[in-house]
Amino acid sequence: MRLGLVIDLDTCVGCHACAVACKEWNTSGTTAPLTDYNPYGAKPSGVWFNRIRHYEIGEYPYNKTVNFPMSCMHCENAECVTVCPTGASHKRPEDGIVLVDQSKCMGCNYCSWACPYGARELDRVSGTMKKCTLCIDRIYDMEIPEEERQPACVLTCPAHARMFGDFDDPESPVSRAVRERGGYQLMPELNYDPSNHYLPPRVHAPIPTEGLKKKAGAKVKEWVNRVVER
Amino acid sequence: MHAALAVIFLTLFSGGGFGLIALVAIVNDLHIDGGLSPVQTLAAVILSLIFVTIGMLSSTAHLANPKNAWRAFTRWRTSWLAREGIFAVAYYPFAFAYLVWTFVTGAPEATVGLILASLAGVIGLITIFCQGMIYAVLRTIRQWNTALVPANFYAMGFAIGATLLAAVRIVTGESAGVFVGIAIALIAAVAVMKAIYYFWIARPSGPTIRTATGFNRSTVRILDQGHTFGTFLTEEFGHTLARDKARGIKLMMYFFAVIVPIIALAFAVADQSAVAAVIAAVSIVFGLGVERWLFFVEAQHVVNLYHGRQRC
Repeated sequence: MRLGLVIDLDTCVGCHACAVACKEWNTSGTTAPLTDYNPYGAKPSGVWFNRIRHYEIGEYPYNKTVNFPMSCMHCENAECVTVCPTGASHKRPEDGIVLVDQSKCMGCNYCSWACPYGARELDRVSGTMKKCTLCIDRIYDMEIPEEERQPACVLTCPAHARMFGDFDDPESPVSRAVRERGGYQLMPELNYDPSNHYLPPRVHAPIPTEGLKKKAGAKVKEWVNRVVER
Repeated sequence: MHAALAVIFLTLFSGGGFGLIALVAIVNDLHIDGGLSPVQTLAAVILSLIFVTIGMLSSTAHLANPKNAWRAFTRWRTSWLAREGIFAVAYYPFAFAYLVWTFVTGAPEATVGLILASLAGVIGLITIFCQGMIYAVLRTIRQWNTALVPANFYAMGFAIGATLLAAVRIVTGESAGVFVGIAIALIAAVAVMKAIYYFWIARPSGPTIRTATGFNRSTVRILDQGHTFGTFLTEEFGHTLARDKARGIKLMMYFFAVIVPIIALAFAVADQSAVAAVIAAVSIVFGLGVERWLFFVEAQHVVNLYHGRQRC
């Protein structure tokens, strides 16, 4: 199995609900807590497994806002694991999930240097490195209904912009989505072979905004608006 | 990159200490310029031990959870950091044994002593290689992902070691022409190697914000980083240095690491001046400390692309 996420950049609305749901679930999960520093002060900061950035793609008038959630990509060539001197960072052979054993981590930061995607954050309070677990304590929990055995970010996404599944199965929804929508990996030139894939925005015909021929009804409405005083 | 003093001290001091023990072994093995007297050998080995220990202790100060530091010796199959730790620790028994041997027998050039010194020196050199590889394997930082990094670590470790050795020779009042010659040659090698490195990293290459986001055929600009204040990522990787400021600091580095030590060593050997020799040693350690600070601050991690940097 090769578990991972598919992020649909076409439908993501950038609401940060995935990050909030992630924080809520994982702050009492296996690598808990996700410490906050100075949360009500002037400079709030803290540990998050999922961060959403916002980009402008292209030049006006052919530009577009793209919301960009990023969490651990659970890479096949996970160099965060190979550089780890303590063995705290490991990649599970059975499902490809990359985890940090909190009882072994010595907080040297080296794995975060090796990660190109910024997926790892040091918790200053526990002194250990923390990262996305793909909600390993949800997806294998036999006590909850089967449809809820998914990462918290996927369950909460109001735009259905996140999918969870097995990339080794060519007929899984994530594999099909990547195949049909041209899903891609980030920074492929570094050859980390990330499991998470991103679906590009669909190409729509641009909606014209200038030089439009007005309909007859609209002309009447404009004339009425002009002559009738409020 | 954030230039943590603990990590700067690690490679700066332990590199110098390993370079020094390797040179002690070479000088005594080959009986260069009459070899080192027992007092000089003791002084050099103690200096080497002090330098390596400063480096090792400061490296543990960098750990956020040092109680697990012992585990860092376990993953030597894949991790250069683990290998570095193992070899750095393996250096101690041989260096100590050579110290005790020289102290007890007063014969640093006896066969047993030379074997101990050579083993300590070889382990020291292997450790420098591991230290360089810690940085050179990171494909996420193009300024580090080059074979020049371990090569430079050797040049700098040897230059510090040779300057210390020349200083020990001069302070103990013996002729040091050959030792000063070795030191100046190695300092010149550092100057050239660092120049090659600075030319090498000056040209941008590697990932851009386009390949980072996958929008390869259009311009990509950051609208919002998604956080109100700094994160671990911006604190650890966000540091950068303006080009003109970097140039000034590089000139300062060359001044303290190359020019002052060479002039001071020349004075020291001409006048047999202990003060000038110590000035040379202090200056090269400070200058290469500046170099190590630059090495971190100039390193631009690709995660900065996601925070809006166009290229790294």
